[in-house]
Amino acid sequence: MIFSYYPGCTLKTKAKELDEYARKSAKVLGITLEELPDWQCCGAVYPLAQDEIATRLSSVRALVSAKDVDRDLVTLCSACHHVIKRVNHDMETNEDIRTKVNNYLELDEDYRGETNVVHYLELLRDVIGFDELRKKVINPLKGKKIGAYYGCLLLRPSKTMEFDNPENPTIMEDFIRAIGGDPVIYPYRNECCGGYIALNKKELTQERCNSIVASAIEKDADMLITACPLCMYNLDINSTEQKLPVYYFTELLAEALGVK
Amino acid sequence: MQKIGVFVCWCGSNIAATVDVKAVVDAVSHEPGVVYATDYQYMCSEGGQSQIRQAIKDFGLTGIVVCSCSPRMHESTFRKTAISAGLNPYMVEIANIREQCSWIHKDREDATEKAIILARTAVAKLNLNRPLTPGESPVVKRALVIGGGIAGIQSALDIAEAGYEVDIVEKSPTIGGKMAQLDKTFPTLDCAACILTPKMVDAASNENINLYTYSEVEDVSGFVGNFTVKIRKKARSINADICSGCGVCTEKCPSRKAKDEFNMGLSNRGAIYIPFAQAIPNVPVIDREQCIKFKTGKCGLCEMNCPAGAIDFKQQDELVERQYGAIIVATGFKPISLENFDEFSYSQCPDVITSLELERIMNAAGPTKGKLLRPSDNTPPRTMVFVQCVGSRDTSGCGKTYCSKICCMYTAKHAMLIKEKYPDIDVHVFYIDVRTPGKNFDEFYRRAVEEYGVNYIKGMVGKVAERNGKLLVQGSDLLADDQIIIEADMVVLATAIEPDESARNLATMLTASIDTNDFFTEAHPKLRPVESPTAGVYLSGVCQGPKDIPETVAQASAAAAKVIGLLAKDKLRSNPCVASSNEMLCNGCSTCENVCPYGAISYVSKEIRSAGKMEVRRVAEVNEAICQGCGACTVVCPSGAMDLKGFTNKQIMAEVDAICR
Repeated sequence: MIFSYYPGCTLKTKAKELDEYARKSAKVLGITLEELPDWQCCGAVYPLAQDEIATRLSSVRALVSAKDVDRDLVTLCSACHHVIKRVNHDMETNEDIRTKVNNYLELDEDYRGETNVVHYLELLRDVIGFDELRKKVINPLKGKKIGAYYGCLLLRPSKTMEFDNPENPTIMEDFIRAIGGDPVIYPYRNECCGGYIALNKKELTQERCNSIVASAIEKDADMLITACPLCMYNLDINSTEQKLPVYYFTELLAEALGVK
Repeated sequence: MQKIGVFVCWCGSNIAATVDVKAVVDAVSHEPGVVYATDYQYMCSEGGQSQIRQAIKDFGLTGIVVCSCSPRMHESTFRKTAISAGLNPYMVEIANIREQCSWIHKDREDATEKAIILARTAVAKLNLNRPLTPGESPVVKRALVIGGGIAGIQSALDIAEAGYEVDIVEKSPTIGGKMAQLDKTFPTLDCAACILTPKMVDAASNENINLYTYSEVEDVSGFVGNFTVKIRKKARSINADICSGCGVCTEKCPSRKAKDEFNMGLSNRGAIYIPFAQAIPNVPVIDREQCIKFKTGKCGLCEMNCPAGAIDFKQQDELVERQYGAIIVATGFKPISLENFDEFSYSQCPDVITSLELERIMNAAGPTKGKLLRPSDNTPPRTMVFVQCVGSRDTSGCGKTYCSKICCMYTAKHAMLIKEKYPDIDVHVFYIDVRTPGKNFDEFYRRAVEEYGVNYIKGMVGKVAERNGKLLVQGSDLLADDQIIIEADMVVLATAIEPDESARNLATMLTASIDTNDFFTEAHPKLRPVESPTAGVYLSGVCQGPKDIPETVAQASAAAAKVIGLLAKDKLRSNPCVASSNEMLCNGCSTCENVCPYGAISYVSKEIRSAGKMEVRRVAEVNEAICQGCGACTVVCPSGAMDLKGFTNKQIMAEVDAICR
C-alpha cells in the first residue's frame, strides 16, 4: 500500500529518529511512504483566528499535493498532524476559509477537504491492525513497563481530531501491547506538557512535566513513549525532579520489528 | 349554503399588536357563506362567548369560525359555546392566528395578510362541514400503572382508595423503585425506607391493587376506556404461592459473583436473591444467567434446602392479557452512564462514586452497614469532593442539556449528613449554580453552608487523577479566579438522570409522544401536565421530566385523580372524526389495513349493486370505536375510497385552494 507522507521540519532536524524508524518499520509492514515532493512547513501552530489565512496555506498545499496523486496523507509529528488535520477540517466545513484559501491559491480545481489525513498510529491501528502488527513482531519488548504519553495535540479538540477518547485514550496502550510491552496507565498521560510555554514560563512547564513524570513513576513505568518532538523535548529537559527515559514510539516499533 | 359567523379575537395584545383584527373582519366578511363577522378583546371570556351565542341565534348561523389561539387551547371551549346555542360542535372551526401567526411574526402587514389567509381557509373548510355525532363506548373500570416506584405506588393507592381496581406492572422483582435505595430524603432528612415501605405494604395489602412484579408490558392495543394489555410475567423460578419468604435459599446459594443491583454493584449477591429486606413481594428470584444449576445442571442447593419446596427450575414465562380503562406511565429514571466523562476517572478509580452509590454506602442496610468508608481500601475518608452537574446542563454533547433538578438538593443533603456524623471530614462542593427553589429548600442549603461549614466552590472540575492513593481534583474557582487542586479521599459525582431505557419502546406501544430526551410529553405543559396527548394515558413522576419526591407524589396523585374521573364515567363519547370507506369505490386492495396503526380496518365480503348487477366484493370496513382519526388510510388509498369525517379530502382541497388563491 502506498501513502503520501508528510514528515515536517522537526523530523528533518531535531527528531530524525522519529522519522527514520517510522520509515524502516513501514517497509517491514508492507507500507510504502512516499514523501510529498515539495512539502513546506505545516504552519507549526494552528491559527485560532478565523480570518488568518496565510498560516493555513502551507498545510493546504500538502493536502492538495496528496489529493493530486489520490492518496491518503500520513503524518507523524503530533504538531503537524494537529495543524494539517484541523486545517483540512476547516477546508471541508468552513465556507469562508475555504473560499479565501481557494481564491488565493488559484488551483485548477477548488480544494474542499477531500484528503484523508492519517496519523502513523492510526495507520497501525486502522490500516494494518494491531493484531497483524503483533504477528510481525520478532523481538517483543517483554517485561518493559511503558507509559504512553499522549499530550494534547493528538487528542484535542476530539470532535475534529477523531483520534481517540480524549479523557481515557487507549490507542498507544494497544500499540504497546502489540509490540509485547506492558502498558502503564497513569492519570497524567493526556495532560499538556506545557508546549511552547517553555520559552517564556519555564517554571510552569517544569511543574507540568514533573507531575507527568511523577505520575508515571508512581505507577511503575520504566520509560515513556511519545509521538511529539515538543513533548519529547519538554519531558526530557524540563523534568527537573525525577527522570524517565523518553523514546519516540517509532523507535520501540523498529526495535520490536527487528529493524533498529 | 352555510350561514357562517366569523369571530376574530384580539387576545389582548397577543394577536391585536401584530395583526390588524379589523382588517381581518373586513376581508373575511366578503367570503362565500359569511353572514356575520366581528372582533372582540377576549373571545374566550364569558363576554366573548355570549356574543357568539347571541350571533348564532340572531343570524341563524349554521357554523362559526373563531380566529384565535391554537385549537389545542380553546377548541373545546368554543365547541361547548356552540352546543349551548344549539349548534353542532363539529360546525366550529378554529383559525390559529396566534401561535401560528401573531407570535411568530414581527411585521404587522405580513401578519395581517397571513391571518386573513388562515381565516378564509377555515371558512372554506367550514362551508363543507357536516354535523357529526359522537358514538359512545363503555369504560373498563380498572387502571394499569406501569412502574412500581413511589410514583406508581402513590397513583395506584389513590385509585384503589377511590374504589377502583388497579394493576401495577413492575419489571424488577420488587416494587419500591429508586426511592427504596435512598438513605435519607431532603429537606426533612427522614429515612426514605421509613416513609416508603409502609406505602409498599399498603399497596400489597390493598384488595383493589394487584401486583405484577418481575413483569413487563409487551403489547398495548385498544383505546381510552378499553385498552387491552399483554403482560409478560417473567419466570421467577419460584412458586410464589407456597414460598414463605424465609430466605434460606438466598443464604445457601453458592454463587456469589453477581453484582447486587440494589447496592449499585458495591456488593455481591447470590444467584437466588431477594433484592432487599423489605422487598415486596418477599419472594426470591433466580437470576438464570448466574445460577449454577441453570449453567451446568449441577447444584440445586436452594431446592434441597427450601422447607416449602417452592423452587421451580422449570417455571416458564407467563403471558397475561388484561383490560383497562386507563393507563398511568410511571417508569421513572436512571442515572446516565459515565462513559463520556472519563475526566472524572469513574471507571478507573473505585473511590470516585456516583451519588446513588453514596446513598447505599451511607445506608445502614448498605454494603458498609452505614459506615462511610472508601470502596478501594475500606478506610474512612478525610476529605471529600462533590462534583455537581456531571452530565447535566451540558452543551458539549457528552451529557444532557437539561438540569436534572434533584442534584443540588441531594448534594447539600449528603454534605450535611457527612458533616453531622463526621465533623472532621472536609467537604467541598463544586457547582455551576446552586438551584434550590422549593419549600424549605434554600434554607436547607444555607444550613449546609452556614451551620455545617461545607465549602462550596463555584466552578467545574476538569480532571480527577489518582496519586499515592489520593485523588487529585483539579478544578477552577471562578469567584477567586484561581485554578485549584484538592487532594481528596473520595469524589462523589452528582450524575445526571435520564428516563428509564424502557420509555422509548413503551411510548411506541402506547402511541404516546416522547421528547428528544425520551421524557414523555404532556398534553399541555401548563394546563394538562399529567396527561399524555394520547387519550387515556397519564404520566406520573420522572418519566415526564426530572422531579424530586414531593413533586413526584403530587403528580402521581394528580394523575390518579384524572384516572378516577375517567373511571367514574360509565360511557365515553368517542371522537366522530373517524375514517369511513366508500364501498362503491373500494377495490379491496388491503393497503389501508396494512397502514392502520390501530388495527381499526378489516375487510368483509359484501353484496354490492354495481351497474345494475349484484356482485360480491371484498371491501374495507372501519371499526369506529377503534379508529383514532389519524388519516393515514385516506392518504394511501389508491382509489380514493377512504375519507375522514370532519377532514374530508374535499375539505382539505378547499383549504389548499383558499390558501393558494
